[in-house]
Amino acid sequence: MDRPIRVLVAKPGLDGHDRGAKVIARALRDGGMEVIYTGLRQTPEQIVAAAIQEDVDVVAMSILSGAHNHLFPKVVDLLEKENAEDILVIGGGVIPEDDIPELKKVGIKAIFTPGTPTTDVIEFIKSQIKN
Amino acid sequence: MYDKEKLKEISQSKKEWQKTVDKAISRFPERREDFSSVSGLDNNRIYTAEDVGDMDYNEDLGYPGQYPYTRGVQPTMYRGRLWTMRMYAGFATAKESNERYKYLLEQGQTGLSVAFDLPTQIGYDSDHPLAEGEVGKVGVAIDSLKDMETLFDGIPLDKVSTSMTINAPASVLLAMYIAVAEKQGVSSDKLRGTIQNDILKEYIARGTYIFPTEPSMRLITNIFEYCSKNVPKWNTISISGYHIREAGSTAPQEVAFTLADGIAYVDAAIKAGLDVDDFAPRLSFFFNAHNDLLEEVAKFRAARRLWARIMRDRFNAKKKKSMMLKFHTQTAGSTLTAQQPDNNIVRVAIQTLAAVLGGTQSLHTNSRDEALALPSEESVRIALRTQQIVAHESGVTNTIDPLAGSYYIESKTSEIEEKAMEYIKKIDELGGAPKAIDMGYIQQEIMDAAYRYQKEVESDERIVVGVNRFKVEEGSPKGLLKVDPTVGENKKKGLKELRDERDNNTVKERLDALKNACETDKNVMPFIIDAVKAYATLGEVCGVMRDVFGEYEQSVRL
Repeated sequence: MDRPIRVLVAKPGLDGHDRGAKVIARALRDGGMEVIYTGLRQTPEQIVAAAIQEDVDVVAMSILSGAHNHLFPKVVDLLEKENAEDILVIGGGVIPEDDIPELKKVGIKAIFTPGTPTTDVIEFIKSQIKN
Repeated sequence: MYDKEKLKEISQSKKEWQKTVDKAISRFPERREDFSSVSGLDNNRIYTAEDVGDMDYNEDLGYPGQYPYTRGVQPTMYRGRLWTMRMYAGFATAKESNERYKYLLEQGQTGLSVAFDLPTQIGYDSDHPLAEGEVGKVGVAIDSLKDMETLFDGIPLDKVSTSMTINAPASVLLAMYIAVAEKQGVSSDKLRGTIQNDILKEYIARGTYIFPTEPSMRLITNIFEYCSKNVPKWNTISISGYHIREAGSTAPQEVAFTLADGIAYVDAAIKAGLDVDDFAPRLSFFFNAHNDLLEEVAKFRAARRLWARIMRDRFNAKKKKSMMLKFHTQTAGSTLTAQQPDNNIVRVAIQTLAAVLGGTQSLHTNSRDEALALPSEESVRIALRTQQIVAHESGVTNTIDPLAGSYYIESKTSEIEEKAMEYIKKIDELGGAPKAIDMGYIQQEIMDAAYRYQKEVESDERIVVGVNRFKVEEGSPKGLLKVDPTVGENKKKGLKELRDERDNNTVKERLDALKNACETDKNVMPFIIDAVKAYATLGEVCGVMRDVFGEYEQSVRL
């Protein structure tokens, strides 16, 4: 691959807990990726616009407020509408196990819950993007 | 605390002891080369009188209820009265929350604590596009006085003390509380409680800000001034280290950044013409209780001593109450694991001990399932019972500040105080907390610490039980709380009804009057109270202030 993997780390919704998002952003950067962090309170529309504008390979979203079932699928949906469904979408945060199958079904490729080592996330992204 | 001759003897015998240690280590090495606290402070093998040799009992410790309050703010502490067991709770709708409060009061809880949903915390009504998917999720949704009336229905506001976790729109929620009380026939001078009202830590760590730094500080001083005259028993701010710690800070950083914020509020209030002894007694603090039990106890003691010194020496406060750091504690949500969640009960118990041995005035204990979902009723009960067991069975409440005099505790108390002081000096040099925040300095320091910790866990330098050691295969947890997804739609309907029912001319007049007040330097509180009494919504009131004040823009540095 010529260029490093580009990742948009995004905080959809209104919750302000960005420790996880920032730690992941830094770990991905230390893992050799180019990282753009959106900051707080991003709408799905804003996230998709940023993803396309920044020409990223991955959108990594973090949410702790419980609004994931509403916001994650919306991002996938909008990416499809923009013909950008090749962008890998992953999510993390406080997400109940029961919600994960449905999220995966709509196109969130992986959900990382609390306690996941950052190296797992890095490996997952690398394995997906290579294919 | 010791005479020089004695210290010499101790030093001499320590050298002797060192020889036996060396011998032991040569045969059986210690588990690791260096030991350090969760905050990264070095832990020596042993602490002795030498480590506290230059401590002055009266100047550095004193007695409970006496300057510098290292040993506690009340002369009898828990022998007189236990801390307030205050569980933070808020569920979807005002009606459900009201039922939960009544349940908790029946279970022996002694104070209410209100969690609001995120749209409320950011000043949006439930029908705002950004509120989509968030209504009623992390707390109760309050759109207008009507919801507040439901929330406190049947709860006599002259009998309970209520803590509201609300910051950017604190003025509006306080106004609604005052209005509900008035309807119950309770005058505002009888109201007891706390609003968090600490905007600086929102910029630093928690993220529910609305307005830029300057108008936010003005709103806060307006509240100080209004309450000192009209709601004298109300704690007008809870200066919060909790979220700073959750964001990944160390214990000394938690103390430093919290007290630096405190200094900024005192400065702002003095600048606004208030006398320090008029408002300082109403300041309260909010800290985190982590797993490193003894470091945490030292942290609470250090914070109390440092604040007393700051208030006396920097602000020339005269009243004793101005120098007392009173605080609420919450156990550390960030230490709870999604893996083997029942283990969290044990973590919370240790953290409860830390808070109690540290002399907290009130305490929220987290529920075991918080890394998975909002807590279930059963989990909340166990968390409350944990406090009751520590209070009534452990015996630690029988003697005040029982760890005082421990070489380790006293030495750590001084070390944390010194480290915090260094940070405060640095922040002073940058022009104070608001400037240091606008520059991103404080956020950056916390981020560095958070990242360091994450790396330590991932490299197994730090063991987290169930996460990087002692793992088991687990099925998915059962019995998690789910929020009814129809809440958002119902709230939208309710808002529409409200806008049809109320006298919209009065609403407009009062919102215009508020706008006017915002544009001048009048105290906005009376105008906000008038507006909410006419059933202007939270979103409308905050909308007026957004128009005048603008919105804060976050500076992000990774």
